[in-house]
Amino acid sequence: MIPPTFDYLRPATIPEAIALLQQLGDDAKILSGGQSLIPMMKLRLARPAYLIDINRIAGLSYVKEEGGHLKIGGLTREAELESSPLIRSKYPIIHDTARVIADPQVRNMATVAGNLAHGDPANDHPATMLALGAKVVATGLSGVRVIPIGEFFVSLFTTALAQNEIVTEIQIPVPPARSGGAYFKLERKVGDFATAAVAAQITLDAGGVCQQAGIGLTNVGPTPIKATKAEDFLRGKKLDEATLRQAAQLASEAAQPSADLRGPAEYKKALVKELAFRALSRAVERAGK
Amino acid sequence: MAKKQVVHVKVNGREREAEVEPRLLLVHFIREVLGLTGTHVGCDTSHCGACTVLVDGKTVKSCTMFAPQADGCVLFTVEGLIKDGQLHPLQEGFKEEHGLQCGFCTPGMLMSSYALLQKNAKPSENDIRWGISGNLCRCTGYQNIVKAVQYAADKMGQEGTK
Repeated sequence: MIPPTFDYLRPATIPEAIALLQQLGDDAKILSGGQSLIPMMKLRLARPAYLIDINRIAGLSYVKEEGGHLKIGGLTREAELESSPLIRSKYPIIHDTARVIADPQVRNMATVAGNLAHGDPANDHPATMLALGAKVVATGLSGVRVIPIGEFFVSLFTTALAQNEIVTEIQIPVPPARSGGAYFKLERKVGDFATAAVAAQITLDAGGVCQQAGIGLTNVGPTPIKATKAEDFLRGKKLDEATLRQAAQLASEAAQPSADLRGPAEYKKALVKELAFRALSRAVERAGK
Repeated sequence: MAKKQVVHVKVNGREREAEVEPRLLLVHFIREVLGLTGTHVGCDTSHCGACTVLVDGKTVKSCTMFAPQADGCVLFTVEGLIKDGQLHPLQEGFKEEHGLQCGFCTPGMLMSSYALLQKNAKPSENDIRWGISGNLCRCTGYQNIVKAVQYAADKMGQEGTK
């Protein structure tokens, strides 16, 4: 499939890229990993007149802890998260997530920032970032703006990013002691979008009582969903199996799936319930380690 | 028509350059401009992995990358595996272990396996299956592909080859 014609621009810096976005307006799209954009262009679901390739901009690819945050650079690839010892040891929920995105070749190209900025509720990082209470750093003409993840996903394929803004960093508060998280996804095959998936992040106090809970749902609504009722229910409770089952029920009630080739809506709700239970159980187990 | 872009690559050790339309996909650049038809176009939708090549040492699906994105990069395709008329241990492994039937997926399988063995010289069966999880084969059921990669890993280990 031959995509529609476009002009290709390759700025060397973020200010140059933003100036191009400003100048070219809605006809321009940022080309990051391109693993969603290029397939959409082939299908004529996207037909930008200009592609602004940001891949050669230096200094945007990193994973590091700094100032109480985990910072993920705007060009960090999924494969880098997958192989990062810091992510594996301290942020297993992100490791869980990165390794089930598409397949190895796609993960070599695809970026975490693109996974969020695309605004697709079927993408995997949104739920995880909702569970972790992440912040999206957007750079525009007037400088840097920090968008809480809860305000980032506006509607299907629409985010809070302005037309002339680029995601340059993702920040995640370093979890306190006795925290744990997990991401559980059901996919029909490697490379498929989730039939449903659930991200859960838990912080316990010394007595095993839940201090903080974050739950995000993938591909069961027009946007990624934060299961706030389930989160509220968990806070202040000892997390035994019955409590986790009840929270999982509340999480599934937050889902608004539609029927498609991956299954009927009712099945997906039931699936969210089971995946939420498993993700919460694993999160509690990891928090206890 | 869009402004053409000069794309300069080093492919299998040779410097090549051409002026192309930006929308030209890397796989078509490799096959039609560079004339290296070992890389296959399979699904053309980023699923099957038949078009897998290495760009700066990392596997990519060349149907999901524009040629200008590879400007200045080092490309490695299936044609680069053979050395001095000698099959690469992976190619030999696929032959010896019947790692192919129709052969359509093979170039991509070889490139994903090659990248895997560069990172992990002694992969377990699980590592191999994970490493080729972005490549579809409709003939073999993967069993013999796994054996072929194990064959190559053993041989490369003995010989100390890369």
